[in-house]
Amino acid sequence: MYKVIEKTILSENVAKLIIENKTIAKNRKPGQFVIIKMGEIGERIPLTIADADPEKGTITIIVQKVGTSSHKLFNLNAGDHISDLVGPLGQPTEVEKVGTVIAAGGGVGVAPLYPIAKAFKEAGNKLITILAARTKDLIILENEMKEFSDEFMIMTDDGSYGKKGLITAGIEEIINREKVDMVICLGPAIMMKFIALLTRKHNIHTIASLNTIMVDGTGMCGACRVTVGGKTKFVCVDGPEFNAHEVDFDEMLKRLNAYKKEEETSYSKYLKDLK
Amino acid sequence: MSVDYEALKKDRAQEWRENLRKSIPAKERTQVERVKMPENEPLKRNKNFNEVNKGLSEEQAIIEAKRCLDCPTPTCISGCPVNIDIPGFIKQIEKGDFLESAKVLKDTNALPAVCGRVCPQENQCELQCIYNKMKKPSVAIGHLERFASDYERNTGKISIPEVLKSNNIKIAVIGSGPSGLTFAGEMCKLGYEVTIFEALHEFGGVLVYGIPEFRLPKKIVRAEINSLEKMGVKFVKNFIVGRSAGLDELKDQGFQGFFVGSGAGLPRFMNVPGENLVNIYSSNEYLTRVNLMKAYKFPEYDTPIIKAKRVAVIGGGNTAMDSVRTAKRLGADRGAIIIYRRSEQEMPARIEEVHHAKEEGIEFLILTNPVEYIGDSEGKVKQIKVQKMELGKPDESGRRRPQPIPGSEYLIDIDIVVVGIGTSPNPLIPQTIKGIDVTRWGTLVVNEETMQTSIPYIFAGGDIVRGGATVILAMGDGTKAAESAHKYFINK
Repeated sequence: MYKVIEKTILSENVAKLIIENKTIAKNRKPGQFVIIKMGEIGERIPLTIADADPEKGTITIIVQKVGTSSHKLFNLNAGDHISDLVGPLGQPTEVEKVGTVIAAGGGVGVAPLYPIAKAFKEAGNKLITILAARTKDLIILENEMKEFSDEFMIMTDDGSYGKKGLITAGIEEIINREKVDMVICLGPAIMMKFIALLTRKHNIHTIASLNTIMVDGTGMCGACRVTVGGKTKFVCVDGPEFNAHEVDFDEMLKRLNAYKKEEETSYSKYLKDLK
Repeated sequence: MSVDYEALKKDRAQEWRENLRKSIPAKERTQVERVKMPENEPLKRNKNFNEVNKGLSEEQAIIEAKRCLDCPTPTCISGCPVNIDIPGFIKQIEKGDFLESAKVLKDTNALPAVCGRVCPQENQCELQCIYNKMKKPSVAIGHLERFASDYERNTGKISIPEVLKSNNIKIAVIGSGPSGLTFAGEMCKLGYEVTIFEALHEFGGVLVYGIPEFRLPKKIVRAEINSLEKMGVKFVKNFIVGRSAGLDELKDQGFQGFFVGSGAGLPRFMNVPGENLVNIYSSNEYLTRVNLMKAYKFPEYDTPIIKAKRVAVIGGGNTAMDSVRTAKRLGADRGAIIIYRRSEQEMPARIEEVHHAKEEGIEFLILTNPVEYIGDSEGKVKQIKVQKMELGKPDESGRRRPQPIPGSEYLIDIDIVVVGIGTSPNPLIPQTIKGIDVTRWGTLVVNEETMQTSIPYIFAGGDIVRGGATVILAMGDGTKAAESAHKYFINK
């Protein structure tokens, strides 16, 4: 059992949880994730580690309620326990000094982007951060990211905060202005797809961190498989980060919808049972 | 492991055993017909996940036990990878002392209730039974093993094997599947302080994620694990050695010896076009969702599984049979099909499994191989293009090599495909233990006699060594490794 130490509501549907787990806190590296399962009937879901405190023995995750499992997690409070938590999983980010790096995060994708962006800054890169969301309320970790970014930009679809427009517009603005050596993107698959299309045009090396459906998270089931550069890769053990220009995002988007109907059934049952 | 024939002879010479032997003439014993395992009705059982085999009654077990001739040199034992004293436990059944019989089993086998269900006895102990020489069906050793261990569990009078006083040597076991559990049990008996590390949230490895409830109820695995816990084995779940903590960190915590039983967790695919379409599963994923995550109870349980009318399973092994019979139970009433590239004769699955599958209405499309998957606009598989095959000359496995028949392709309409063509070793351990020797197949190199890896204090067994074998062979490895690990620590 793993104790929730602290909970902060970041927006209507997004919460930050600090959870006790000494081994993960000690050994995790940027880019890695955990699998969480809540109770006997719970499913196993992957969540990227947003931060960790090895001294306190805690890790931070950020969750947006979109379905049964994420809603259950969102509803936890300080003092509650999570029955199963395992990690750190996946390959850590390969952090190197390349020059100018754009860190582009959409929605709750900003959470796992945070430790990666920080690591790239610490490695001596010029870091330009762009956060994007549908609307102002969905922008998270603004101050935290601002703190170590050389340049910082916010984009919202509805223009309620920062600049109005899609994240690709923000990236393009910078690419047109100065030489960019690398882009790291994290967010909805559709967003990463369009970032990859844009940066391919400009021939800029781009890394995407993929969040696919998983069951065990240790390479055993293959639910998370994606086509990268024409070859089948497992996000859980080969990833989660890949060269975005080689990822078959269309296939990935379809695979993400594999259980759409079942997810709706489960979620409406959950919401009904909550009442 | 070597069989101690002297000890067996002594046991056999006991007065009660002799009297029992004399009570019925051998000729009369051989006239008794082999017992038939009571089973649930095929067309009812293929709609639920209850266990197929019901187990022998006490009367049936005693009658079957009488068939065993209690041979002076029991050949059956040489067919058992963990060298169970087979006549010893069977004669206890004949005598009516079922609890004592279970004890005999547990002397050399940490998981008798599991073995009694999933071992391929027909290729092991039962194949070596003297009855084969008389052209008669062998003694039903597997059914009897199951009977004695079930009896013990059901009465609640579970005997815990004796454990020597602790020698304070800490041993870490990586993986809680059959090889790890067996190794842990044997080492614990010898006085070692054993901790098992499991990556998943439940213990048992393939016994809980792979083998379906209808063949091996999970409560049986749990009971066997409870026994090991009572003996003093420590269990740590949600812990991936090599990720949660490295080997060096465990050494710092005082672990001196290691056993790697991390299994063959990586599913193989065929790399044919369309294999990543939605609703194409690996058998590992399909079975893990249903068995470990209980997706057959969705939405009561949160993990979903696609329930479909037409399901094709690729492959001819036990895992393929488990997958297709699971699909049938999940409602595949317009076709639950095995697609296998060789003929039925070459199928690696147990005869009993193929027989059960057929009874349950599984279709077999043999000498057929998928060459492409075709999807709909949502990316879901809707058809398989298959090719007919014919058998050519034998290959290195001794089985006749399947060859495609040109121009024989045709389409099959399908909702779900499960690819059950085998697994590769889990690469995590070989990747994270510096300097350990690995074969080109990704399995760990071991000395076959000692199960010792290229690093002397690390032993290994089961599918991480074999690539893909059976529960009982993994258990045999665990026994062998424990014996040699003990020698290693005594001589150290």
